[in-house]
Amino acid sequence: MNLGFPFLLADKNETFWFPAQASTFAKEVDFFYWAVLWICIFFFVLVVGLMITFVVKYRRRPGYQGSSLAEHNNFVEILWTVIPTIIAIWIFARGASGYLDMVTPPAETLDINVTARKWSWTFQYPNGAISTQLHVPNNKAIKLNMRSEDVLHCLFVPAFRCKNDVVPGRVHYLWFQPIKEGVFDIFCAEYCGERHSEMLSKVTVHDVAGYEAWVADAAKPPTEPVAWGRWLYERQGCMGCHSTEPDKRIVGPSFAKSFGTTQKVLTGNQAGDEVINEAYIRESILNPSAKKRVGFESASQMQSFQGKLDEKQLNAIVEFIKSLRDGAPPAGTQ
Amino acid sequence: MSVVAKNAEASHAADAHEGDYLTHSRGFLSWALTLDHKRIGIMYLIGVMTSFLVGGILALMIRAELLTPTQLFLTNKQFNQVFTLHGAIMVFLFIIPSVPAALGNFLVPLMLGAKDVAFPRLNLCSFYLWVVGLIFFIACLLITGLDTGWTFYTPYSTTTEGPVAWATMGAFILGFSSIFTGLNFIVTINTMRPPGMTWFKMPLFLWATYSTAIIQVLATPVLGITLLLLTAERLFQIGIFDPRWNGDPVAFQHFFWFYSHPAVYIMILPAMGIISELMSVHSHKTIFGYTLIAYSSVAIALFGFLVWGHHMFTSGMADVTTIVFSALTFSVSIPSAIKVFNWLATMYKGTVQLTTPMCYALNFLFLFTIGGLTGLFLGALSADRHLHDTYFVVAHFHYVMMGGTLVAFVGGIFHWWPKMVGKMYNELWGQISCLFVFIGFNLTFLPQFVMGTRGMPRRYARYLPEFQDLHIMSSTGAFILGFGLFIALGVLIHSLMRGRKAPRNPWGGATLEWHCSSPPPHYNFASAPTVNEPYDYTPLAYHDEEHGWEYHQPNVRPTPSQSHPVIAKS
Repeated sequence: MNLGFPFLLADKNETFWFPAQASTFAKEVDFFYWAVLWICIFFFVLVVGLMITFVVKYRRRPGYQGSSLAEHNNFVEILWTVIPTIIAIWIFARGASGYLDMVTPPAETLDINVTARKWSWTFQYPNGAISTQLHVPNNKAIKLNMRSEDVLHCLFVPAFRCKNDVVPGRVHYLWFQPIKEGVFDIFCAEYCGERHSEMLSKVTVHDVAGYEAWVADAAKPPTEPVAWGRWLYERQGCMGCHSTEPDKRIVGPSFAKSFGTTQKVLTGNQAGDEVINEAYIRESILNPSAKKRVGFESASQMQSFQGKLDEKQLNAIVEFIKSLRDGAPPAGTQ
Repeated sequence: MSVVAKNAEASHAADAHEGDYLTHSRGFLSWALTLDHKRIGIMYLIGVMTSFLVGGILALMIRAELLTPTQLFLTNKQFNQVFTLHGAIMVFLFIIPSVPAALGNFLVPLMLGAKDVAFPRLNLCSFYLWVVGLIFFIACLLITGLDTGWTFYTPYSTTTEGPVAWATMGAFILGFSSIFTGLNFIVTINTMRPPGMTWFKMPLFLWATYSTAIIQVLATPVLGITLLLLTAERLFQIGIFDPRWNGDPVAFQHFFWFYSHPAVYIMILPAMGIISELMSVHSHKTIFGYTLIAYSSVAIALFGFLVWGHHMFTSGMADVTTIVFSALTFSVSIPSAIKVFNWLATMYKGTVQLTTPMCYALNFLFLFTIGGLTGLFLGALSADRHLHDTYFVVAHFHYVMMGGTLVAFVGGIFHWWPKMVGKMYNELWGQISCLFVFIGFNLTFLPQFVMGTRGMPRRYARYLPEFQDLHIMSSTGAFILGFGLFIALGVLIHSLMRGRKAPRNPWGGATLEWHCSSPPPHYNFASAPTVNEPYDYTPLAYHDEEHGWEYHQPNVRPTPSQSHPVIAKS
């Protein structure tokens, strides 16, 4: 419903209140929202209407004599206790039944593993493909098994009308069934630190054939080491904090123009010079706070990749960083 | 002449002899070491208003930064620190002590016709604990770097580099300040009611304060325990909440909200008490449904302990737990609705005068109704899956906390200001300030509901460009709101310097605080005042600006010509 604020209707919003209805939950949530909204409007108009009427009608003015005694009235007291109670019970019941649908996935689902970290998402598909944006087939029940590597996050897709926290040390799931092809926003909705507001991603809803083609293609990493290194850089969360443009600081140091240079580092509290070479990069990936670059002492925010990357993958990342030594990023492989 | 009037004469004679509580003794130490509840109340009032100023400036910084989707003048880190301090200062230093500690301290003994609270030294101690807590928060402000949000959620708060230990110690100490105030009020109201004041002859503000005090005493220790566990985990790596040491982050949320949800009622209940007084006095009509309002305060206090889980609907609680918490949450909406209807009915057939306090009370009614009704969306589970942690929630709790508590607090200050300082203020400018607050507030927070349903998450330093129009509306509103509050401050300062002398009873209130002179003498009452019905206005009649309302022959209605006070022209 357009309430007459066309300038407020951003292109992403199909109605005044909501983004597109892109999952099976959206219809129920939107209907329910409208129902509660009308209940609220009714009571709001009632309260404010009476308020204004009373203020006007019983205002102090010459020739008007108000009463200063209230007559107790059990009937109205019961009336305005019982009616709101009945309405509250209905809202609760409808909300709870909608909720049960939202937390009860069907037996057959497409399971995708989600890893959240400061400040990026990684999605892992059944065939081993990994991506930083979510790709799903239309009209299929999808179940996300979500883990966090560090702090609380929350995966929120407004177009699907659902969200769930991602809690370290637990596996939480979120299921939904898309009903509309397109690209929709993913937000992190639980505060997670410096770049919380940039922990964004997209979900692309393909038709089934399109999804199959995409996921088959995404599962094949490049074989050439530099390209493979970039492929990993984009998928393991590195790009959330390290840029590939010279001197551009996101959180950690830029990868560009760093290989082969000598930098001041802190080993514990000991300051010293360190050449950025294969050994240093490898150590910094596996044990980020061992030698902290001066000016980037918050390296403790980076998680260790010990056990998450094998030697070949580490080498590929080193080769990728080496390729950026002159500052010109090599052509992307994506 | 009635007994009351005789008492009034007697206390008037005492004034001339001793001076009022403000001039009774002089010098810094006479304030710093005072045991007088009124002076402690005034010190609290200055303290919480200063905290509010700081928290408000931080709020305006947030709104200014959010004018553009990209960086305007705050980096991400600075933005996070600003919203953290805004929340922490507003909650711990302003809202929680605002009504109970500042107005409550001043009013509770006066409304009881008593000389002071039960434990005056404990009262002073609780003020100084508040000051110590304030120092800890100032330390955080100066060290800069507290970026956990006021909720201190783990494991972020156990790993971030900010001064979390300082802030939690500050909150811990402020908790004790709150507990002592609550304890004091419980004992005072239980033991020091004058002869004839039964429970159901107490002013409703006292019912609200009493209910609040119970929550303060029962819930605040849990905050203390939580913050100690958090500090222990940070300092000694004991695994409680952080999964790296086999803790569970969701356990922290349970601990935290077990206090912080009842704390929401610590914030709103006293405000409801103020509104009950304001609606009745300025409608010159007995409060409608006294008993139900009183019971609903107690009901809110008790239900308030059982609904903390609604802050955690998406945190991964068991489904049954989630549904039970949703049901309990709706139970708390009923007593709030009852109060709103009773306040409305109080105006019915009364004599409504749009004084500044009444304007604020009506403003409260408007804003609190929106705040309360939008809670229905969030208490309902399926809608909450979409709305949780979005701007919808931000708008909802600002409507309740700011539109509710702050507006009631300002209304309360205007209502009892003549009693506190013995000066009247400029009514017209008071009403203008209320109008600006009303317009600014709605312009700030109505667009945030729409942002929320469209999916804008809270605590975002940057946002997608499609939300910019709504953010600009919201920021514009925030500056109008700030301007309105500055006008209100200006009205009060002008009143201090130039205000006309206030009569004993400028509004025609029937509760006991209006029986002593304005400002009250050091010992409040020369002899215990006679207790009458707190909302019986029949024996009161208006004289003139200088004398205000006075008791005449009991049970004789004022003639119409006597009931038209002229709006102050000062």
